[in-house]
Amino acid sequence: MKTGEPFNVLWLQSGGCGGCSMSLLCADTTDFHGQLRDAGIHLLWHPSLSLESGDELQDLLARALDGRVQVNALCIEGALLRGPNGTGRFHVLAGTGIPMIDWVRKLAGVAQHVVAVGSCAAWGGITAGASNPTDACGLQYEDDRIGGLLGADFRSRSGMPVINIAGCPTHPGWVLESLMALAADMLQAQDLDPLARPRFYADHLVHHGCTRNEFYEFKASAEQPSDRGCMMEHMGCKGTQVHADCNTRLWNGEGSCTRGGYACIACTEPGFQEPGHAFGHTPKVAGIPIGLPTDMPKAWFVALASLSKSATPKRVKANATADHLVMTPAVRKTRLR
Amino acid sequence: MARLLVGPFNRVEGDLEVSLDIRAGRVQRAQVNATMYRGFEQILQGKLPTDALVYVPRICGICSVSQSVASAKALADLAGITMPANGLHVSNLMLATENLADHLTHFYLFFMPDFTRGVYASRPWHAEAVRRFAPSTGEQTREAIAARQRWFTLLGTLGGKWPHTQSIEPGGSSRAVDQAERIRLLSKLREFRAFLERHLFAAPLEAIAAMRSLDELWAWHDAAPNTGDFRLFLTCARDLDLQLLGPGPGLYLSFGAYAQPGHSSSPHALASGVWRSATQSLVEPDALSITEDATHAWLEDAAMPLHPLQGMTVPNADKAGAYTWNKAPRLAGEVVETGAIARQLASRHPLVHDAVAQHGGCVLTRVIARVLELALVVPMMESWLKALQPGEPYFNAFQLPDEGVGMGLSEAARGALGHWLVVKNGRIANYQIVAPTSWNFSPRDAGGTPGALEKALEGAPVLAGEKSPVAVQHIVRSFDPCMVCTVH
Repeated sequence: MKTGEPFNVLWLQSGGCGGCSMSLLCADTTDFHGQLRDAGIHLLWHPSLSLESGDELQDLLARALDGRVQVNALCIEGALLRGPNGTGRFHVLAGTGIPMIDWVRKLAGVAQHVVAVGSCAAWGGITAGASNPTDACGLQYEDDRIGGLLGADFRSRSGMPVINIAGCPTHPGWVLESLMALAADMLQAQDLDPLARPRFYADHLVHHGCTRNEFYEFKASAEQPSDRGCMMEHMGCKGTQVHADCNTRLWNGEGSCTRGGYACIACTEPGFQEPGHAFGHTPKVAGIPIGLPTDMPKAWFVALASLSKSATPKRVKANATADHLVMTPAVRKTRLR
Repeated sequence: MARLLVGPFNRVEGDLEVSLDIRAGRVQRAQVNATMYRGFEQILQGKLPTDALVYVPRICGICSVSQSVASAKALADLAGITMPANGLHVSNLMLATENLADHLTHFYLFFMPDFTRGVYASRPWHAEAVRRFAPSTGEQTREAIAARQRWFTLLGTLGGKWPHTQSIEPGGSSRAVDQAERIRLLSKLREFRAFLERHLFAAPLEAIAAMRSLDELWAWHDAAPNTGDFRLFLTCARDLDLQLLGPGPGLYLSFGAYAQPGHSSSPHALASGVWRSATQSLVEPDALSITEDATHAWLEDAAMPLHPLQGMTVPNADKAGAYTWNKAPRLAGEVVETGAIARQLASRHPLVHDAVAQHGGCVLTRVIARVLELALVVPMMESWLKALQPGEPYFNAFQLPDEGVGMGLSEAARGALGHWLVVKNGRIANYQIVAPTSWNFSPRDAGGTPGALEKALEGAPVLAGEKSPVAVQHIVRSFDPCMVCTVH
């Protein structure tokens, strides 16, 4: 861990819901601010956590822009709203009369690192849904197309692209570990995946650690909300394809979307807000889901699925369409060896 | 006359700017501006109705469950179904977890830090306020964030994650709670109760819930003025005359919170009602009389204010005379205040009745009503958890019609929340949302009548040299505004 100068974090919100900040406060620690301090992180300003208001923040922004205050990480939460007609007036930074996109462009130019907190800031996210009425985009992506507000060639002073801590919301652990790693000079370009997400969470799949694993193995499927079965076949779950460690790094103590009984909707992936089908239903061709597990050849999947379905234990089949265990594992003298 | 533009307003949810006309050290006139627009009502058009359950929680990161509940109710209304008792209890538990977390977050992180400002350095309580509530170093700030984190583990179990859980469905809950989980959740409720009883109140919740008058509250305060964080608030409030700051309109709206199974006479644990201070009368809210007026919003106007089922949301950033992205909701043409005061007036809680009778809705009363709700609702949650019947259904299957309308009324922490949807050809033809802060932070309407906060700011003191007047900060934050919900 470096000593000396604090690692200054400036956090601003634009076209999002504030949920990534609220999620951040759910970080698994008994001493939130102490954890930041121990990592050498100093919050210059955060919209929910700082005392400084109005003119005090405006003064801080002026000092950041002229170099009197160093910004080590500029964290942006929420999509960047370019509309109407490129003016950015769908979000004006209160008290300043200046569109937030202009503030972000200027501040990105002085920041050592630029961090997109959440899928809105990374890709546009839910704010860019449907016809995208506000012309929302991410800092360096628009869905999966590179560009966004800052452009494909943008590099912050560190030489890194925008770091995309995607998720809707993003997990507090993803944010804190990214900031701590940056503060300790332990996060480099090679630690980012092809979409510039930190690999420590994006090199996993949501499927890993899913508690519905046995149902998945036998394609014993849930048919309605509250059923215990696998949600891939009918309920729209994309956990086998989606990059995130949600089922091994749990949420709020012991949760995840699949543990909560609803499908993984791919909220860490660009474009998740417009899947082209009902979120809660799996699109199929000839009865076969069109979105198959990452890395798996379709023919093999079909063959294995039909084999495993024919081998499904009665217990697994019965429990898949119930909201509580209707058949428990038999207790036998198995002489486990 | 001097004009002051105050912003950005932080420690509120979302983006807020307030424009003040000041004369002789007092606010003469205020304009409240929500400075961001995302267009959820536009985004929802053309979607499959059940997809709203994915989009609407994402209106707001601080009250996402509230949005889920309102949407699920609107879809249930459209489908003509109800939740089974288990589903209703779980949905209430989730909503209550979020609402109480919001009250806690508001008190410790959003409201109390203003008492640590330098402007109060000479006050006898200032050093203690700094020790407890200074952002990033306050001892009680640390305890409260830790308690909040533990509290939200309830939602880890009940809803998978928070915010943006999707387990609340029109037919109930997608997460069935088993016996062992129920016991674990009860132990987490006890943990939160212990935090409140040790740190916030320094008293049993039941003792707070039983307060019948302000006299009783002040006597309780004076018996141990430095014990517990709520008493320190009361110390500050009395010294700064917070009962004189931020008077509300005197008309209070609650849609009722926590619908209960099998209670046709009293369907909500916290009642619905419209309380009119002038006549001391309580009537049921008439949802048909709700309209939204877009005169001063950067949104296309209709010829007249529209009911949400007819409502429209089309941005027009160049509209003359507009100053906010928020419409002006009205109840039969009148400005209302919504929030914990309204819920407790409708539920006839004697302490809030007495506070409103003595001082009206004001900064002091708003904080008391919210804090009181922490003491009232935790025991309710204990009873709902005990009422769960594992093995019985948590979810009822339903079929949505291709055509129809639905209305979902609920209570977020900040007050009355309504969703209205129109479905045609199996798709959403219109979806309109009226959020609590849309009521409280309403702009002027066509008749020039200011919204609740705009009026509450009139007369607020401005000290010499203040650019972000501290009294204005107290008043604004006393409503616990949620701007992202407001503009959605």
